[in-house]
Amino acid sequence: MSFSWLDRNIKWVYTLPAVLFVLIMMVFPIIYTFRISFYEWSMSAVTPPLWVGFDNYWALLTDVRFWKSVSNTFYFTIVALFIEVILGVAIALLFSRKFRGKNAIKTLFMLPMVATPVAMGLVWMLIYEPTIGVANSIIKSLGFKPLLWLASKSEVIPSLILIDVWQWTPLIALIVMAGLTTLPSEPYEAADVDGASAWRKFISITLPLLRPTIIVAAMLRLIDVLKTFDIIYATTQGGPGFASETLNIYGYVLAFQYFKLGMASALLVIFFMIVMGLTLIMIWLRKRVGEGS
Amino acid sequence: MRQKKGKKLIAVILTYLVLVCFSFPFIWMLTASFKTQAQIMSTDNFFIFKPTFNNYTSVFQEYDFLRFVINSFIVAVGSTLLSLLLGLPAAYAIARYHLQKLGMVILIARIIPGITFLIPWFILFSKINLVDTYAALILAHMLVGLPFIVWIMISFFEALPKEIEESGLIDGCSNHQVFMRIILPISGPGVITASLLSFIFSWNNFMFSIILAGDKTKTLPIAVFNFMSYSEINWGALMAAACIITLPVLIISLLAQRYVVSGLASGAVKG
Repeated sequence: MSFSWLDRNIKWVYTLPAVLFVLIMMVFPIIYTFRISFYEWSMSAVTPPLWVGFDNYWALLTDVRFWKSVSNTFYFTIVALFIEVILGVAIALLFSRKFRGKNAIKTLFMLPMVATPVAMGLVWMLIYEPTIGVANSIIKSLGFKPLLWLASKSEVIPSLILIDVWQWTPLIALIVMAGLTTLPSEPYEAADVDGASAWRKFISITLPLLRPTIIVAAMLRLIDVLKTFDIIYATTQGGPGFASETLNIYGYVLAFQYFKLGMASALLVIFFMIVMGLTLIMIWLRKRVGEGS
Repeated sequence: MRQKKGKKLIAVILTYLVLVCFSFPFIWMLTASFKTQAQIMSTDNFFIFKPTFNNYTSVFQEYDFLRFVINSFIVAVGSTLLSLLLGLPAAYAIARYHLQKLGMVILIARIIPGITFLIPWFILFSKINLVDTYAALILAHMLVGLPFIVWIMISFFEALPKEIEESGLIDGCSNHQVFMRIILPISGPGVITASLLSFIFSWNNFMFSIILAGDKTKTLPIAVFNFMSYSEINWGALMAAACIITLPVLIISLLAQRYVVSGLASGAVKG
């Protein structure tokens, strides 16, 4: 049997190429990034990397722009995640009823997730345009003062959050809708016998049963919101000034516009730690909550 | 009874309100792509205007957009096919032999910020003259597509009844033959779901391509982004370009909505 060798080792033969690819494309680069974060280098072929120890990290920790990007990242992430979860659960409940054209509506609602983010970022730029944009037309017709949206330092992050909410609330809603279909019907029947109101049923039955689903959805979103790049870079590139510069954007600018590879790598190591740390906390939290219920 | 009817009406109104809000940017993109610059600039009439196709012709003639469409297509198809080649056997082995740890290693690629890899890739690819080649872009995009495919296919393979494999083994097939001749042919729905998502995410990718693509291999997202750096923004052409990029993805999602929805949901829930 020529297949006998293959068959005995099929576990490894089947997984090795994929694992090897991931190791080469992912693990090696991470180690390299970690190493270069202790050097100073501008990718010049003439000047080799210069060992500077922890200097890049100290430079970052005393860099106002770095701290601004940290706070921007968390501001953007926390507010966007909060709105997306609440809105997503609400929409999932709204869509869980039976109504005509349900499938078509659900599909249309899902489209923001798959639409090319850069292209949609540009569409939002036109919508937000202070003089010709439809956003200000709507606001003015409602009797409010027009806004500057992406062009204002204080309004830029809320404007970007709105884009993210538009794009990703459907994901939360989709996951919660899937979760809703698995809920048992007995508690609701019992509640109906007791004459409970719809709101009461939501608070005491739906929400506790959905809690694990909502946590998973929020967890996934958290990891991705932290890494938001496309819509920010396409619309503002971190501006005006550095008002919408997140860690992701600042790292990118340091590396590919200023060519400060060492400092950029140090920032990316910190960013990597933040993302991995939060992921581990979320996994731990999910286990705790899962056991608790 | 009347109260119940009132509630139902509110729910219907809310449903349509949600739909209008979430479709609005698409409607806006589409209408603006048929407007002249002057029509876009005037804010008194948003929906009544004489449509023009000039934006689309200028996108293809002046900016040579077809080239970018082809580039995007080559990279998306290439990275998806290669990801399938690596991902399908891996997902099968992980599901069949319960190699969760290996699964985690591959899935971690979805958690780690992609920008962490970008500096080493750029340095390495520059050294071996791979920047501005399809190979570099395909390799980079595979790191997005592969975890998706593995992720979706593990749950697909796990859900297959074990009897199918057992009957194959009894008939004298080797494990390898069971996978090739029995499992793969019935995995159509899973493979379609996984491939569509891998294609879409490669098609949409911006961060990797903006660094690794050059003049020869520029993909659509980069092309449309570069559009903006010209002095005055030609909004009509920009919106036409945005339509050209998003339309294929939207059409795929609408036609294959069953697959795409299940993929997004299952890709999300596992983990």
